[in-house]
Amino acid sequence: MTTLLLAAHDGASIKDATLKALTAALAFGDDIHVLVAGDGVAGAATEAAKLKGVGRVLTAETPALGHGLAEPLAALIVALAPAYSAVLAPSTSTFKNALPRAAALLDVMQISDITAVLAPDTFERPTYAGNALLTVRSADPIRLITVRTASFRATPAEDRAPAPIETVAVPADPGLSTFVGDAFSTADRPELTSARVVVSGGRALGSEEQFKAVLLPLADRLGAAVGASRAAVDAGYAPNDWQVGQTGKAVSPDLYVAVGISGAIQHLAGMKDAKVIVAINKDAEAPIFQVADYGLVGDLFELVPELTKALG
Amino acid sequence: MKILVPVKRVVDYNVNIRVKADGSGVDLANVKMSMNPFDEIAVEEALRLREAGVATEVVAVSIGPKESQETVRTALAMGADRGIVLEADGIIEPLAVAKLLKAIVAEEAPGLVILGKQAIDDDSNQTGQMLAALLGWPQGTFASKLVLGDGGIEVTREVDGGLQTVRLALPAIITADLRLNEPRYASLPNIMKAKKKPIDLRSASQYGVDLTPRLTVLKTAEPPVRPAGRRLASVAELVDRLKTEAGVL
Repeated sequence: MTTLLLAAHDGASIKDATLKALTAALAFGDDIHVLVAGDGVAGAATEAAKLKGVGRVLTAETPALGHGLAEPLAALIVALAPAYSAVLAPSTSTFKNALPRAAALLDVMQISDITAVLAPDTFERPTYAGNALLTVRSADPIRLITVRTASFRATPAEDRAPAPIETVAVPADPGLSTFVGDAFSTADRPELTSARVVVSGGRALGSEEQFKAVLLPLADRLGAAVGASRAAVDAGYAPNDWQVGQTGKAVSPDLYVAVGISGAIQHLAGMKDAKVIVAINKDAEAPIFQVADYGLVGDLFELVPELTKALG
Repeated sequence: MKILVPVKRVVDYNVNIRVKADGSGVDLANVKMSMNPFDEIAVEEALRLREAGVATEVVAVSIGPKESQETVRTALAMGADRGIVLEADGIIEPLAVAKLLKAIVAEEAPGLVILGKQAIDDDSNQTGQMLAALLGWPQGTFASKLVLGDGGIEVTREVDGGLQTVRLALPAIITADLRLNEPRYASLPNIMKAKKKPIDLRSASQYGVDLTPRLTVLKTAEPPVRPAGRRLASVAELVDRLKTEAGVL
């Protein structure tokens, strides 16, 4: 019995999401192999070889895998999966895209977004925006699983003899899709899903300019990632990939500061795993105060700059 | 080109769901049901492609209890041309839904299937990818923009950290993300017109697909409740508590 962990990485190094999914993989109690698929992955593979519980690292490299295209990545997973009893991946957009494709080709029902491993075939996962937690048991011979990284702590790399790294054969690209381009926000901020502190804004910020003018100085002061409610994203105040919630990102920072966010259940689904939640809102009845550890009722345009100054 | 749009009947977005006290599931008695919001976006995109002259027909299909006809009727009121309902009771998992949709695709031969990226009840985010796999078609998931060109489609996708654009051969599977469009409301005349549009009601069992769930739900539980916090009087008090009490600064 061996578990295959699919690594999220940037080529040079392993991402925090992988270290969290590793914690879920370790709960199976089996030997772990890590697949590092991409284009130029030597650095990430070297890091993967030192992770706890890892017996082997597999690398697979093509340009299409470098762009995380679903069709060739799923074909690779399908080729490898029969040797394993479980295949786990962090719930990144790449694996949310590719893993269900692999699952259908293997005739397996994927278990999405698990929050706990209760037994090698039994898992907990949220439904209804986190308002109902299901305990599910899989009857499939191979379990294909995405891991809700906000629900697991990272397992740090160990000082250990590295596991062997071997290159695996890549199946022929089915040639159904080609990469055209990407537009990534270049930010010198921590990543939203792995940041220790997140400062998040809602529609009450009123405009893109005010969103930036009010929140970014506070985020800078706290070394925080910046998030947003769906309402703020829909209004164009913040880019799509900042959205926190049921259909955006799930975060679990030590500190989450919700500014001008009312706290719809869909937003709470993405941030209620935070250790400490601070809410700043002028509406004393806003549902965000029901989950906040500390609440300030008042004008965010006064309170946030005051907070930024007080932290200086 | 024909576009097929699968639509799911789910608990309405605004309903606060309740877990049954005996842990056997979610209480759906007398709860408002609606079309999955991402599926509305999928319907809207298909209608826009028809209105732009790219598509000729939009067919909505739903799999679920017979009340799923209401969901298909909503798609027809938005402007879809006709509907299909495959009646099935109980939990139909994404894998089984994908297998049934594959059979519908074989009958209808669409050039595009546009789905919502996930259903807001089971939050699986699988059906579109699985359908693409079973058909051997390319997939453009989490789409925020579609551009149809000669023999292919360019899909801008919402991914971690930004946007990715891919070019897919046709036929293809698209799954809609929130920013693809803003779905229209059905006008009263269109709601009346939709009552005369055809819905083909069939039994899901006629397709020879094994609908038995692969996942057994052992328990359904409420999430742990965060203890109520406290209102603070000033920014100074907040900073003090974050430093001393919470220890996060």
